[in-house]
Amino acid sequence: MNARVLPYVLILPVTAFLCLFFLYPFVLVAKQAFSTGDGFTLDNFRQVVGYWKFPISLQNTLLLAAAVVPVQLALALLMATMVNKMQRGRDLVLYVWTIPLGISDLAAGIIWLAIFEQSGFLNSMLSGLGVVDRPVNFLSYQHPGVVFLAIALAEIWRATAIMLVILVAGIGLIPKEYYEAAEVFGASPWKRFTRITLPLLRPSLQTALVLRVILAFEVFAVVLALGGTLFPVLMSETYAYQFDLLDSGAAAAMALIILAISIGFTLIILRALRVPKGATI
Amino acid sequence: MTPVTTDVAAPDTRRAGRYVYIAAVVLLCAWVLVPLYFLLINTLSSPETVNSFPKPFLPEFDLGSLGFFAGFAGILTALKNSILVAGLTMIMSILIGAPAGYALSRFDFRGKEAFRLLILLTRAFPLPLLALPLAVMFIQTGLDDTVFGLSLVHTTLAIPFAVLITFSLFSGIPLELEEAAWTLGCTRLTAFTKVVLPLILPGITASAIFAFVISWNEVFAAAVLTIENRTLTAFLLQNLDTSPLHLKFAGGFILVVPALIFIFAVRKYLFAMWGIANR
Repeated sequence: MNARVLPYVLILPVTAFLCLFFLYPFVLVAKQAFSTGDGFTLDNFRQVVGYWKFPISLQNTLLLAAAVVPVQLALALLMATMVNKMQRGRDLVLYVWTIPLGISDLAAGIIWLAIFEQSGFLNSMLSGLGVVDRPVNFLSYQHPGVVFLAIALAEIWRATAIMLVILVAGIGLIPKEYYEAAEVFGASPWKRFTRITLPLLRPSLQTALVLRVILAFEVFAVVLALGGTLFPVLMSETYAYQFDLLDSGAAAAMALIILAISIGFTLIILRALRVPKGATI
Repeated sequence: MTPVTTDVAAPDTRRAGRYVYIAAVVLLCAWVLVPLYFLLINTLSSPETVNSFPKPFLPEFDLGSLGFFAGFAGILTALKNSILVAGLTMIMSILIGAPAGYALSRFDFRGKEAFRLLILLTRAFPLPLLALPLAVMFIQTGLDDTVFGLSLVHTTLAIPFAVLITFSLFSGIPLELEEAAWTLGCTRLTAFTKVVLPLILPGITASAIFAFVISWNEVFAAAVLTIENRTLTAFLLQNLDTSPLHLKFAGGFILVVPALIFIFAVRKYLFAMWGIANR
């Protein structure tokens, strides 16, 4: 086969697959969302947005993302720079730090449930220290702050690794000469970090943030495992529409709303961290 | 000269900094490992201990919880379904994705940029949501509630990674190697199977394992698309309100174990895969 046709033959399976299972479902979901049986309508959106739980779940999702993503970014940057100058044990430390990458959000929720549940390890520790006399039921409606904290901690614990991996790979691409030159001119470690690492890391930061923010709007199983119905988020409402209320039109409308928010934030991040043309390493 | 003076004046601060640094590394390792250890304690304790208070901080090595997990109705089928779906996802995403990765690394063709954009686009979308419209489509085609139907959705999740990872792997093999094989009488196909494939096989395995983990861990699409043939994640999610604590913890443990092994197996490729896949 000649070299003109071959590449098209090779990409044909992926293209066909993605058209059938990625682009086509989007058409379907849009059709479902904008119709209730007879023609174009916004009823599904009106119904979904008008439901009393919608503002709460939107607020919860955004608050959670706002609390979790900056902490993860800082933590991942710190871990990546620490690992970068490590001489011994680098592989072991990196392995340990990337373990959560393979752990599902459901498993992460269950892991933090072991800590926060009523007979869990946090209560065991607190009572061992004499802070509480009886185990406190942290994950109940009386402690909304603790429920939020537990979910946020589980999310930070689970999904920092994905940013770490991207940032470590990105830092590895920065030429060592830049740091050596900066050191010769007496730049402090902090200055080297802000003047060399951060600007040159921009493409990786972009990817890491986009991936992470999209995952943050998809937060679902962690929330269900720890908060149940106490902490409604967009994704769990979508699931409830599909399963408990059997209203796939409303579920589709929710899906489009989540999609729109994700795309909006992706565009903001891409714009805020855009890499000037020709400025890549 | 400032650097010199700080060098002379600061052995103490430098040593202190070193201790802070080591302490921070140890602390961050503990942050990852201690919650896993707590899960391990709960899994290796009897159901009575798991539901009692206060908790021991050492496992008692009782297999009661795991035994209860294995005996719970439907859970072994769910485990089997999970493995089947993940296995199918692994095979499909590599078989479909790797040729495209090869094409991207070896050829310049019209529409290459549009194709790359399509691949990158898939990563900027919350893909599990696709399970909602697909549920309808699957009912029409008889794929609903089947292992194969779910693995098609999981393949959509895994394929962008498969393409980008194999693209970076193939790019790491010099074209000259293939050209040398051609001059020695190989066709394009035999040059590929005899020269490129052996070199690339460990990397392909790593990205296959990655696809397996993506499917193994996926919750939302699995819960939406299966009813009778639940995967382990969907089963656990469905029974979160009703199942006893020891079942949840044993289930969580079973979910985590393959992840630990797989991350260990692919650790060498993790950074290479992500580093280049992002460009």
